[in-house]
Amino acid sequence: MIIEIGHFALILALLVSIAQMIVPAWGARVRDPRLMAFGEPAAMSQLALILIAFLALMYAYVTSDFSVANVAANSHSSKPLIYRISGVWGNHEGSMLLWVLILAVFGAAVALFGNNLPATLKANVLAVQSSIALAFLLFILVTSNPFERLDPAPFDGNGLNPILQDPALAFHPPFLYMGYVGFSMAFSFAIAALLEGRTDAAWARWVRPWTLAAWMCLTIGIAMGSWWAYYELGWGGWWFWDPVENASFMPWLAGTALLHSALVMEKREALKVWTILLAILTFSLSLMGTFLVRSGVLSSVHAFAVDPGRGVFVLSIMMLFTGGGLALFAWRARDLKQGGVFSPISREGALVLNNVLLTTACVTVLVGTLYPLALEALNGSKISVGAPYFNMTFVPLMIPLLLALPLGPLLAWKRADLAAAMERLIVAGVIAAVVLVASFALTHRGPWLAPFCFAIGAWVMAGALSETAFRIKLGHVPLAESLRRLVNLPRAAIGTMLAHFGVGLVVIGIVGTTAYKSEAILLMKPGEAAGIAGYELAFRGAAPSKGPNYTETVGVFDVTYGGKPVTRLEPSKRLYDAPPQPTSEAGIHAAWSGDLYAVLGDQQPDGGFAVRLYFHPLVRCIWIGALVMFLGGAVSLSDRRLRVGAPRRAVRAATVPAE
Amino acid sequence: MRSLTRRIACIALAAWTGAVAAPALPAYAVTPQEVLADTALEARARGISAELRCLVCQNQSIDDSDAPLAHDLRVLVRERLTAGDTDQEVRDFIVARYGAFVLLKPPFSAETLLLWLMPLLALGGAVLILWNAFGTPRKAEAAPSTGKLSAEEQAALDALLKPEQDRPAKN
Repeated sequence: MIIEIGHFALILALLVSIAQMIVPAWGARVRDPRLMAFGEPAAMSQLALILIAFLALMYAYVTSDFSVANVAANSHSSKPLIYRISGVWGNHEGSMLLWVLILAVFGAAVALFGNNLPATLKANVLAVQSSIALAFLLFILVTSNPFERLDPAPFDGNGLNPILQDPALAFHPPFLYMGYVGFSMAFSFAIAALLEGRTDAAWARWVRPWTLAAWMCLTIGIAMGSWWAYYELGWGGWWFWDPVENASFMPWLAGTALLHSALVMEKREALKVWTILLAILTFSLSLMGTFLVRSGVLSSVHAFAVDPGRGVFVLSIMMLFTGGGLALFAWRARDLKQGGVFSPISREGALVLNNVLLTTACVTVLVGTLYPLALEALNGSKISVGAPYFNMTFVPLMIPLLLALPLGPLLAWKRADLAAAMERLIVAGVIAAVVLVASFALTHRGPWLAPFCFAIGAWVMAGALSETAFRIKLGHVPLAESLRRLVNLPRAAIGTMLAHFGVGLVVIGIVGTTAYKSEAILLMKPGEAAGIAGYELAFRGAAPSKGPNYTETVGVFDVTYGGKPVTRLEPSKRLYDAPPQPTSEAGIHAAWSGDLYAVLGDQQPDGGFAVRLYFHPLVRCIWIGALVMFLGGAVSLSDRRLRVGAPRRAVRAATVPAE
Repeated sequence: MRSLTRRIACIALAAWTGAVAAPALPAYAVTPQEVLADTALEARARGISAELRCLVCQNQSIDDSDAPLAHDLRVLVRERLTAGDTDQEVRDFIVARYGAFVLLKPPFSAETLLLWLMPLLALGGAVLILWNAFGTPRKAEAAPSTGKLSAEEQAALDALLKPEQDRPAKN
């Protein structure tokens, strides 16, 4: 019964979305406040209905109702509760339901918090948002209905892929989707602006918090996926330039560019046309990510739907919104008035450079990801584009970006004094030089490029701090005065500093683990010891053990450093019951200098085990850096200017007649 | 979520095709038995392996993959190196047998021209678009302003103001 209620609620949500797409947009056209106001209750009820559907499916998973085909195919009664819950989005149908749920949450957020938006803009935004919801609700109901029943119901389910039974992966998809779907707000605002033929600084100010929130979620989502890959895959790889990773990375790159160009638009009314275009493209890339992953074009564990019908449907949705958005852009963009003249050496100029490099990087990733598909479709020849290509093309684009990054925030708007900005970065430059020399001295036999990359990371971090130090006049006024200035600094400025600092941390982590990783692949018998990166690991032996839904062989290693006991590592090899699949759980000891990483391999005929030991220097900086970037976004989001948005006067005039 | 499942898929696939030889247990990427005693040669082998694609996996190098086919290729690479081949000869040897598909770094050819040039083209394109974006207003400013509205502009203004004037009457 509950399942049928969920199914019915989803159909009702589809009907509501049709009304929400048409009525407010029509109201905005004929300027009827009552019709425009329809968008708000519609968005709220759409959210309520989709939430009912989502909870109904979750109920089926939690109670292991195997008469529901989706539950039977993807769950198992022996699964721990948390994975029965995360199992809801661990499959194609459920994950699409999560997609529309998040879409509805964003739509409802506009209805709730968008009080200071002009009525027509708000109505148009809600209508566009609802058109996206309509497309995906239709997709779910027509091709991927999670509420279909089975008769007779099977005795037990097929189970969730064991590698998805992991805390980080349980919450990886929701964050990723909040990012993907969050960019739909930028898209809806861009389309609404084009429909109205008008954008201004206020528009950018409304768009920025949504884009920022989406960007934060995407950052955390990508970082979680990478962290998971690191500890779960058994050799400490954290990024593979896999098409599916690229699918989430492209919207991130475009979204990062969008955040920065919206800044120019808000402060200086420049780059309007470009910002609108970028808003459309960012969401299009999110849709493309959904298409690539959901269509089965790239066969991968993400591609739950290896069903051409679904692929064609998502492709049509993508073409409709991307094509429609770009056509509208081509038609109306000319009407947007450009403002704000600036010289190349200025804050605007720096942000333009940021946009040039980020979009080029994004195009590079796009071409590398799709080229093999396109070539095969054209003449049937099969090529591979893997990590070496991306490292050769992407990394060189990032270096100028990172070098220029600390300069940007120090340049004045409109026309800046480059020499003066450089002068403020002298300390950062000295720190970078010291890091360069020190890392050469410490790693004299390592790769020669790595110390330069370390120096770049240090330059970015020190540069971010320098900018704040300059703003609070650290060292030029008494310390108490500097502290007072720090407290009074706009939160957005602190957010910028944190986010840029986080980028530097990520760079340090990437360079450390890529250039200085050490590994030992060996055979060990119980009682033997091996050393890596100064650690001594004594292998005590391996013993079988049993978990809630798996059996495992656990190896025990006592770790000492310079004779002092450090920790005991227990890497294991697991075999899950349903579906029967082996996984490997690494034993990891985290220290500031890096991670000691041990993996238990196969038992040999002579009783020994294949063992792989790794030391990943500074690898934690990658995820700590991502977290710092996320925090920077959160601090910036709490800035009063973003919360207040535009003046309130417009609100009253627009909403009062509606009542 | 990528590679492990793929690895598992590889193992399953290999088991299904009957390619698994002696051990029934899944083998790990580079096994201790494969490692060459000569560290310089082993380092070269690892470098080459990292750029060769495992044919039964998705987008994974033979160095990372634990499919039996990847194992065979790793052994093959090491055999060729021990026999005295240069890195390029080893790569050519593998490509001759398995096709250009095994190269994770596609060679520069007519087919991949656009792939390799695209980053440069995109950079040029982005510079051009954005140069226009902040070049235009200056041109617009250069046009002398008469200070009066043209007939078209006046019509547009009237059209814009009309609903505003009408509204109080409606309410």
